[in-house]
Amino acid sequence: MDTLLHYAWLIPLFPLLAFIVIVSFGRQLKEGAALVGILLTGISFGIALLTFWERFQDGASNFKFNVSWLQVGDIVISMGFEVNQLNAMMLVIVTLVSLLVQIYSKGYMQGDERFPVFYQYLALFTFSMLGLVLSPNLLQVYIFWELVGVCSFLLVGYYFFKKEAKAAAKKAFIVTRIGDLGLFIAICLLFWWTGSFEYTQIFDSVALGKLEPWMITLAAILIFVGAVGKSGQFPLHTWLPDAMEGPTPVSALIHAATMVAAGVYLVAATYPLFIASDTALTVVAYVGGFTAIFAASIGLTQKDIKRVLAYSTVSQLGYMMLALGVAGAAGYVAGSFHLMTHAFFKALLFLGAGSVIHAVHTQNVFEMGGLWKKMPITALTFLIGCLAIAGIFPFAGFWSKEAILGAVYGAHRFDLLLIALLAAFFTAFYMFRLFFLTFAGEARGKHQPHESPAVMTGPLLILALLAIVAGFINTPYAPLLSDWLLASDTGNAISHIFGDEVAHAASWLQVVALLISVLGIVLAYLMYVKKKIPADTIPETLPWLYQLSYRKYYVDEIYHAVIVRPLGWIGFILNAFDKYVVDGLVGLTAKITNGIGALHSKAQNGQIQSYGTMVLFGLLVLIIAISLTVQGGGFFGSGQ
Amino acid sequence: MMVSISSYLMVALILFCVGLYGALTKRNAVIVLISIELMLNAVNINLVAFSKFGLHPGVTGQIFTLFTMTVAAAEVAVGLAILIALYRNKETVNVDEMDQMKR
Repeated sequence: MDTLLHYAWLIPLFPLLAFIVIVSFGRQLKEGAALVGILLTGISFGIALLTFWERFQDGASNFKFNVSWLQVGDIVISMGFEVNQLNAMMLVIVTLVSLLVQIYSKGYMQGDERFPVFYQYLALFTFSMLGLVLSPNLLQVYIFWELVGVCSFLLVGYYFFKKEAKAAAKKAFIVTRIGDLGLFIAICLLFWWTGSFEYTQIFDSVALGKLEPWMITLAAILIFVGAVGKSGQFPLHTWLPDAMEGPTPVSALIHAATMVAAGVYLVAATYPLFIASDTALTVVAYVGGFTAIFAASIGLTQKDIKRVLAYSTVSQLGYMMLALGVAGAAGYVAGSFHLMTHAFFKALLFLGAGSVIHAVHTQNVFEMGGLWKKMPITALTFLIGCLAIAGIFPFAGFWSKEAILGAVYGAHRFDLLLIALLAAFFTAFYMFRLFFLTFAGEARGKHQPHESPAVMTGPLLILALLAIVAGFINTPYAPLLSDWLLASDTGNAISHIFGDEVAHAASWLQVVALLISVLGIVLAYLMYVKKKIPADTIPETLPWLYQLSYRKYYVDEIYHAVIVRPLGWIGFILNAFDKYVVDGLVGLTAKITNGIGALHSKAQNGQIQSYGTMVLFGLLVLIIAISLTVQGGGFFGSGQ
Repeated sequence: MMVSISSYLMVALILFCVGLYGALTKRNAVIVLISIELMLNAVNINLVAFSKFGLHPGVTGQIFTLFTMTVAAAEVAVGLAILIALYRNKETVNVDEMDQMKR
């Protein structure tokens, strides 16, 4: 039967078409490039939505399409696409967020000289991310994975004339490459052991026990290394906050909602591999948990509005990893669920921040304030985003965070539960610190702020709506998403190992989580609005603690001293070696050859008589040499 | 009295060396040509001498000499013709200046 799923390959094709059109006619289109991008992405969003709907129906099955691409000996490497529960959901998220960001950028980037170039990059990025999501095999994933990395590099370095942006683009590229290497090794190993790049075949090999346990652990951890790089988990998180140098819509699209989600998606997509290894799961859980609390504690003190959001992204991604790491169906669902809700409210927050920056021309929260009246729509939507990320009932974040906490609780990992609750408290506190500093109180900025145009507030309103309602797709009372996701092959693999039970948070846990979040908000309110508690209590009483957080635990400095500098020295030495020794040798050879040539060309003076003399001397030398060497003395012999 | 072969060879050697010296040092192309003739004649003397005193005496060497002289005459005719052509073009018979191949 020909269903719409068969045409899912069209989804990434429209952004690719937009990319090609804008590349070809960007100069002529100028700001019309936005319309091309929006229209084509809109079409692909439409298809994605229909695909999702079709897949959501009862009795729908996965669709997979493969063509053989390369044949090497007996091994056939194929290309194709696959629609299953997880990526049907991802398709909608990516196309929707991309569409909204493109609409928003039309207002935000207005008047920019390289306007069409921006839309080129956005279209290419959307294409690569959709390609990544649709890939049915790891090789294809890797190709799109790198494409996504390239787009990130291009977009972060969009303001390439700014030194920081240039450095940030390079950093984003290099740091994620470290993770990519892990993924690459994992893919090679899996291909070596199972003879296939296909997810299904790899999972079959795992399920049938063809791989040794250590192999599974190694491969899973290496894949996770790739995810750590892309999703900004500790210790490769440093690129993400720096990547805020890109234009704000980019931060919303790439560094909040979709690209960094690629890491989480990859772990979720290869989940059958992870659940086969307890060690790998534990690593994922603890790295995620640590990142969640670590990044949240940095977010407490940052002054740049986008950096706070960046650290909250890192922290929330840590949450997702934590959820995936605590084994079982609940973790898998909670991670994917949070991935979805986070995409909406984080895109909302970033776009809201962009709207604020657009109005006040600064990113320092201490130079904002009092924007509530001036920018009502932005403020309201931002508030909704903050409530969602803080996990306040009934916003989306509440349900997904509750699912994560429930999963952690259900797995009896109380240390991780404590970390998660503490991180939730931090999150609530710094998000509302940000909110109060930006929108409440007196205006501290120099500029006269004004509300952004409708083309910018429109996407904000849509995202705000989603941030409110998206959570209801999976409540403990009607776990639609959960049931649907677990009806997949991955779900079967999970229930095969862990049983069918989906643990939900005990109701007291929901209350506790809610209370903790409210406590964070109240604390922020007291500190930054009522000023009952002086905001500089901590900086004054425990300055080192404050500095530690403000300086991001000196991770950048440590990396600089331990890795960047020594590498710089090695590079310097190797460069000198190349310049003086290798080049020197080459130069010497050339000079010697040249010298010999010059000598000989002097002998070629065109005088027949000097040639004759030379021949004569040559003959004499020859005769003497022969007579001296030939046995018996020859001509000059001693006469015996 | 019998003149020994070494005397003939010595004369030929002296003649050859004189010719060689002339051919390599003289500026005037005519002199150079004459010097080459001297060298040829030194060889002729050797040929004649060996045809009489060699291991297998015979007339071959003498006949060869006649041939050589004939060819040498032709060669001189050609050589002088070239010289005249050169002189017409360059107004010189100086060997030093005849280096167009290099220039």
